[in-house]
Amino acid sequence: MRLEPIAAPGPARRILPPLVALGATVLLAGVLALIAGADPLAVLGLIVKGALGSKFALLETLNRATPLIFTGLAVAVAFRARLWNIGAEAQLYAGALMTVLLGTGALPWPSAILIPVLALAAMLAGALMLMGPAFLKLRFGVDEVVTTLLLNFVMLLLVSMLLEGPLKDPMGMGWPKSPALLKEARLPRIVDGLRLHWGFALALIAAVGIWILDRKTVAGFEMRAVGAGEAAAGFAGIRVPRVVMLTAALSGGLAALAGFSEVAGLKGNLTSDLSPGYGYTGIVVAMLAALNPLGVVLAALFVAAIFVGADSMSRAAGVPTYIADILLAFALLAMVLALTMTRYRLRRA
Amino acid sequence: MPDLTPPPRPVALRLSKITKRFGPVLANDAISLEVAEGEVLALLGENGAGKTTLMNILFGHYTADEGSIEVLGAPLPPGQPRAALERGIGMVHQHFTLAENLTVLDNLLLGTRSLWQARQHRSAARHRIETLADEYGLAVNPDARIADLSVGERQRVEILKALYREARVLILDEPTAVLTPQEADALFATLRKAVAHGLAVIFISHKLHEVMAIADRVVVLRHGRVAGEVATTGTDATRLAAMMVGAEVSTPMLAPATEGAIAMRFDRVVTEGFRPDLSGVTLDLVGGRITGLAGVSGNGQAALAALISGLARPISGEVIVAGRTVADWSPALAVGHGIGRIPEDRHHTGTIGDFSLAENAVIERIRDPRFSRAGWIDWRAARSHAEKLIASYDIRCPGPDARIRLLSGGNMQKLILGRVLEENPAIILANQPVRGLDIGAVRFVQEQLLKARQRGAAILLISEDLEEIMALSDVIHVISEGRLSPGFARGSMQPAELGLWMAGQGFDHAA
Repeated sequence: MRLEPIAAPGPARRILPPLVALGATVLLAGVLALIAGADPLAVLGLIVKGALGSKFALLETLNRATPLIFTGLAVAVAFRARLWNIGAEAQLYAGALMTVLLGTGALPWPSAILIPVLALAAMLAGALMLMGPAFLKLRFGVDEVVTTLLLNFVMLLLVSMLLEGPLKDPMGMGWPKSPALLKEARLPRIVDGLRLHWGFALALIAAVGIWILDRKTVAGFEMRAVGAGEAAAGFAGIRVPRVVMLTAALSGGLAALAGFSEVAGLKGNLTSDLSPGYGYTGIVVAMLAALNPLGVVLAALFVAAIFVGADSMSRAAGVPTYIADILLAFALLAMVLALTMTRYRLRRA
Repeated sequence: MPDLTPPPRPVALRLSKITKRFGPVLANDAISLEVAEGEVLALLGENGAGKTTLMNILFGHYTADEGSIEVLGAPLPPGQPRAALERGIGMVHQHFTLAENLTVLDNLLLGTRSLWQARQHRSAARHRIETLADEYGLAVNPDARIADLSVGERQRVEILKALYREARVLILDEPTAVLTPQEADALFATLRKAVAHGLAVIFISHKLHEVMAIADRVVVLRHGRVAGEVATTGTDATRLAAMMVGAEVSTPMLAPATEGAIAMRFDRVVTEGFRPDLSGVTLDLVGGRITGLAGVSGNGQAALAALISGLARPISGEVIVAGRTVADWSPALAVGHGIGRIPEDRHHTGTIGDFSLAENAVIERIRDPRFSRAGWIDWRAARSHAEKLIASYDIRCPGPDARIRLLSGGNMQKLILGRVLEENPAIILANQPVRGLDIGAVRFVQEQLLKARQRGAAILLISEDLEEIMALSDVIHVISEGRLSPGFARGSMQPAELGLWMAGQGFDHAA
């Protein structure tokens, strides 16, 4: 058996495999529910209802999707340029940390100035977090998979240390958490009374922005070129090291916005459990989206819906919430396979 | 004339009418040859003559379209490397296939034992290896890690590996390319011992004096065909060179072009980091002139091409473009200086496979005001530029938005050619511009180069095909081991004479 590339895949070839992948994921959910001793249809229904069935559920899903859009974009931007950023988690925490350092009283400014400054400072922190590994890769050939991955733990431990020490909230009754952000530093809600903050809108804007960057600008063209053919890009006169550093700055900055948005939009302070692995899930989101920035939004919504839906289903049906992790992993594998099948067909050798 | 008396000893290996096509390219055209036990057969030919393809078929990496192989009288099933190994064919590749982090002993045992075997008979194996090493003069420490060995020692391990697997036919692909002269002598001593033990040896090379020194018989390949077969006792290096490059090459008339000023000059240029490097190359590229660079590949062409392309800088000597020494140098500056570059590898460096024709058409000039303003790309201009190239260079494709990966090599090359020539470059580097193309595309590319010459461009044509060089060049230089021969005017040299230069002769008494 071997794979044979298809010159021009027709519409059926492009739409069908992903649908089959989705169907297979749903089927697996049913089987898992059976194994857990519950009614499969009821479990599926509960997942959908828990994710989308009410205003509260829907908003919860959108809130959960917000950091995933940012980390998904961060990974997509980096992976497109073949910079293997596994450290979105660290960059997220760098952004969150910067938000808390500057937003808890250091800068006594009104919202209109303070919020953009905090966002930019967070992006800067995240950018530096990835530019270090990118520099080591360019200069010494150090594998960025290793450095970015390990920086996740370094960063998390640093945050824990700060939360037990200088950053510890004196009014926090001993809990390891930072003081609360100034009111001026908080992202307002999009609609009064609804639990959805402007971070979600910012995420959508970022996705569209990256899409435009990719398609319409020289910078985006050069990033894609370096990823798709580094030797040819260098030969054509593109300054590859510069493009890699720029990509690192952009990717790290996007991941940091996830941290900024969680702190300033949702939590209001920093704890060491701010992110339940959004940085890593960002990789799943980006892969599900085939690294397409607009696809990242859809993929993040899908992933968020599964998590939120599974949480609520678990409470109602008594099926463990781990089903969400399994479904997500399976959906990713199925989707990667499906995307391959849109471009290749299987032939007997 | 060819000495075709059959070898008196039993035939170890017989290839009959092996034919292999890659698309429109005929890599092997009904090649037949045989080698007897206790004989060294040299397979001689330029790069692209079909040597490597033939050996890959023999070893089962490729399947021949036609023809058959016999080992020790029995047919060899095609396309099965394992079968080739079991039947006693041992291959020493140019690029070694050793596990660097394992010891010599481990490398020899690798693949010879079942994974499920509980215990390895290491001491017995070690003993056999030491015996073999002694017998064949292959001194090597079985416990040394491959990573710690020199290139010559690694090659000895490769040969030992073949012998350990009881090879009866030993194939060496350009074995001396990586060796010092002393190591090469030791290798020859080993090969002599091997044939004394009755092994058949196939020695692939394009170094004439080595072939004369070690081989009993020579089969010369040219353009995928057997161009001749002689016993070394009945020939000499000059005649082999003539066979290798083709005795009769007609030099068609070139329309006279007015030669202009020196467009690019290399003055005693030395490079660093290539294999081999340029060692003091001086060369002028003159407007309206095609300068042909002949030579066996891997003799410094890559360094010279990288220098022109902007990918490398000289460590000493000067590169002068349009009368000014270039201080800073990069691909972007080369493009900016009006150098049109047709790279050797059109898939890897020339184009980005997953990018569209339009994207590939403008990639060198994306910052040009024609295609972008203030960082915003004008895709309409890019697409219409691509459409113009498609029309004027006859690029067969679905359209400017098609991924370039889907195009044939010839159409890909036409896009690169169009991208370069549309800018009216003053200097053109054409590195293997027609390799692997079908005849129609070859003619088209060559005509376009001649047109550029007529227009006054200074062109450097790098090719391993001497016929092409002789047909198109006004002046021919030969490159060998990083040295450049004097320039020979069109028609002043016979192919055989150039072949000798290509084989490295003549450089010692050249200035």
